[in-house]
Amino acid sequence: MNQVPDILRILPEVVLTLTGVVIMLVDATLPASAPRRPMGWVAALGTTLALWCSLQQLALPVGTGFYGTVETSPFTVFFHVLICGIVLVALLLSLDALPEKTHHQGEFYALIVFGAVGMCLLTSAVELLVVFIALEISSIATYILAGFRKETGKGPEAAIKYFLLGSFATGFLLYGIALAFGATGTTQVYELARAIPTATNHPLLVASLALMLVGILFKVSAAPFHVWTPDVYEGAPSVVVVLLSTAPKAAAFALLLRVVYEIFPSLHELWSPVLWGVAVLSMTVGNLAALRQQNVKRMLAYSSIAHAGYLLAAFAGLGSSGIAAASFYTAAYAAMNVGIFAVISLVSGYEDDLPLVSDFRGLLYRAPFLGSLLIFFLVSLVGIPFTGGFFGKFYSFSAAVDGGAIALAIIGLLNSGLAAGYYLRLALTAAQRNPDQKAAPVPQPQLLAVVALLISVAATLVLGIVPNQALHAAQAAAHTLQTPPITPAAPVMMIEMPAEH
Amino acid sequence: MDAINQSILTLILLVPLVGALVVALVPDHGKLPNWIALLTTLVSFAFALHLPAHFVQGQGGFQFEVNRLWIETPAISYHVGVDALSLWLVVLVGLLAPVGVVASWNAVTERRKVFYSLFLLQQTAMVGVFIALDLMLYYGFWELSLVPMAILIAMYGRKDGPKAALKFFLFTFIPSAPLLVAILWMYSKTHTFDYVTLQVLFTHGAFPASALCWVSLAFLFAFAVKVPIFPLHGWLADTFSEAPVALAMVVAGKLGLYSMMRFHVGLFPVQAREAAPWLIGLAVIGILYGACLALVQRDFWRLMAFAALSHLSLIVLAIYGFTFTGWTGAVYQILSHGVVDAALFLLLGALELRYGTSQIGALGGVAAKLPRLAVFFVIATLAMIGLPMLSGFIGEFLILSSTFVGVSRSWTVAAALGVILGAAYMLWLVQRVFYGTTNKLTGERKAADLGLGEFAILAPLAVLILVMGIAPGYWLDSIQSGVHPPPEKAATVLPTSILIPVEAISTAREGLR
Repeated sequence: MNQVPDILRILPEVVLTLTGVVIMLVDATLPASAPRRPMGWVAALGTTLALWCSLQQLALPVGTGFYGTVETSPFTVFFHVLICGIVLVALLLSLDALPEKTHHQGEFYALIVFGAVGMCLLTSAVELLVVFIALEISSIATYILAGFRKETGKGPEAAIKYFLLGSFATGFLLYGIALAFGATGTTQVYELARAIPTATNHPLLVASLALMLVGILFKVSAAPFHVWTPDVYEGAPSVVVVLLSTAPKAAAFALLLRVVYEIFPSLHELWSPVLWGVAVLSMTVGNLAALRQQNVKRMLAYSSIAHAGYLLAAFAGLGSSGIAAASFYTAAYAAMNVGIFAVISLVSGYEDDLPLVSDFRGLLYRAPFLGSLLIFFLVSLVGIPFTGGFFGKFYSFSAAVDGGAIALAIIGLLNSGLAAGYYLRLALTAAQRNPDQKAAPVPQPQLLAVVALLISVAATLVLGIVPNQALHAAQAAAHTLQTPPITPAAPVMMIEMPAEH
Repeated sequence: MDAINQSILTLILLVPLVGALVVALVPDHGKLPNWIALLTTLVSFAFALHLPAHFVQGQGGFQFEVNRLWIETPAISYHVGVDALSLWLVVLVGLLAPVGVVASWNAVTERRKVFYSLFLLQQTAMVGVFIALDLMLYYGFWELSLVPMAILIAMYGRKDGPKAALKFFLFTFIPSAPLLVAILWMYSKTHTFDYVTLQVLFTHGAFPASALCWVSLAFLFAFAVKVPIFPLHGWLADTFSEAPVALAMVVAGKLGLYSMMRFHVGLFPVQAREAAPWLIGLAVIGILYGACLALVQRDFWRLMAFAALSHLSLIVLAIYGFTFTGWTGAVYQILSHGVVDAALFLLLGALELRYGTSQIGALGGVAAKLPRLAVFFVIATLAMIGLPMLSGFIGEFLILSSTFVGVSRSWTVAAALGVILGAAYMLWLVQRVFYGTTNKLTGERKAADLGLGEFAILAPLAVLILVMGIAPGYWLDSIQSGVHPPPEKAATVLPTSILIPVEAISTAREGLR
């Protein structure tokens, strides 16, 4: 019944892994003085290939492979394409933004690619142990990337903070998985979904859900598990933050969707109010804290916490409308956040020479191209119509209103008014005339960085003006997640598959 | 001709947008951006004039309509059209655009590209608000109109631009949050954003009145801040004293007042009638409060801000009086106020440019130095205070007389007091600025009288003010043919011209259960 070779189910991951391994090997064999930039090209090529492979996976019949551990469906393809896209833009950007003399450049590219492997696998895994492994792969890569500026004080600090807290959170997730196994005797997502409604030991399942939520909400940096975010974003190089603030979060949101909508739909009464509260808390805490920040990266870190809150509002929408809204918002958020951090990494440089809001004064005059892009992405983050940010918020809150959470939508929109305060502060500072001319000149971005920026701009505009296609993809994704592919799937395959070998 | 009628609104909408892109792309070479902007606005005004020429009076419903599905789920359409209410407003926006360009011609000397491209973007957004018939589309333009305005205030503010811009933005952005939630709520119940469909659904009782109560309040709140209505006018004075002249003349009034008539009263007639006594009270307070504050201002931009509060409140009074004549007067007054205010702002801007101050006390005896400017200013002032034979009189008279007959005599007396105060502060302004003896500043500073460009734009405005005062019938007929307050009791027969999808009603009813 399942004729698809298993390898096709994880083809993008395989391509990315091979790319990473090749880079590592070549990096080790090249003399220390050789330029490492071509490896960035290899990484970019590999990522493009992986993106193409993900798109080809749409042609496969929806189903699972490797004994029911990984799945291909429009849902996984949606997130694969998103993650590969983010990684590609980040790679293009680092080809320009990474200084020539950076240490361990080869490893830098390899780590990005390995991180992508983990994130992609995270979205396609339908077996909680594979989920755990995927999460570890992506986390370890990002821990190292966060501390890449070893020579500064803040770099290692960020890495250690991220690592310690992150390991804790992963521990929570693992504990949750263990409890779920204890309650039902399985860790396969669809079997769990079938077993849970009839499971007898309810308290165990509730504890499992709670622990898993803690682990995942940490990864999406939702309040109250958000404290690591500003420190890590501040300490990590901006090029890394481009990746860090979007791709792992997208993957984690995909996991969250799987956990709450696929494994625990029967405990909806429990997780729905919890996510409601977390959403309100995230946006309010994120926005209020961002208002007080003078450091641009910290401000945007808090803003990303607030955006996690807006996204969680979509979970108040029941069924496929909520999933589609959350998926779409993830894409819109990624497009504009990648864009803004890309601009910041080009403006303030690898060493963060211009960390403060006031340092951006007159940017529009000093560097018209970057300045106007900065304002464009800020406008999209505010949620002004005809940008991706607007439609993202619109679908998210529309799902919430649909699910009856009117209060949540009003709190969310008022919050976005509040958020306009600090986004516009930065935009207006950039548009202000600089009284003293002694500010450092901003280097012109090179071709690759311009391409990376234009991809983000195009994505933000497309999602805002002609979002039909992305919406269809999100709805198709929501549909496959809602209805598990083959109802008696997993056990049948467990018997059949060995017979084939 | 059909092809033109089909696409004319899209053209009016897109021409400024294209102009904005062109301005953004061409090199910043001398006055090139100015010329492109002027050309664009003139073309778009010419297109706008096509509307009254081909508008069929008394036909009812919307004309020049385009309705295409834009996004499938949720169903958002590109649905635009004009009726007797929005027809002249679109023309007014078209007229004010070249006026705005001329007003900024000498005032904006640096970063012309940014200024004119944002100015043209703002034009698109305003036209969009007046012609959108899909609530999401409308909301989109409504929000979009805020951004260029805020950025321009911040960049070209006189003293403390960024602060005024932030105040303006927050004041107008935050109320749009409940507005959007209300629109989304209606969508989740009816599965449509279409204005016409929703209007039919609501007026034919698909929803009980109580269910729509807070939705209508959300609409009202957003519009009341934008008009503004007392006590939500906190942003107005700062915005007026900071905004570039071209934007100050469009920021207040029109958008909010139109939205009230179209979307608050139009969609929720029952709830609007319930809210009417409160709004009438606030409007009268606004008229008197604005006039009193205008009397004591030392800066003429702030004076104009409070004068605007007073005048706009008078229009609000007419809208919520729910009389036929009052509504005609309200629309006419919006038009007249738009033209007169544009002329006054242009002149005050010219004055500020020449003497470098907006303090009334610092000026004096300007008429002797700049006689042409003074003549135009006096004409505009007289129109503003409602002198018969000038445009301001017609609207004011219609509003006051209809309020006297149809609403309440005591409120009319109070409102008329505001009109008298209006004459006082405007004439006093003229006296202090233009007459009396020249002081050190006005006596010594060499200032040129109106230039050719300014003259070329002011003369037609003055003629228009005069024509609107002498022969208002041309406009009044077309307004009266289509603009009227909703009847007290909802009609029981469905108008045949409007087809509503049956499933929309049934979904609406199910949604309520």
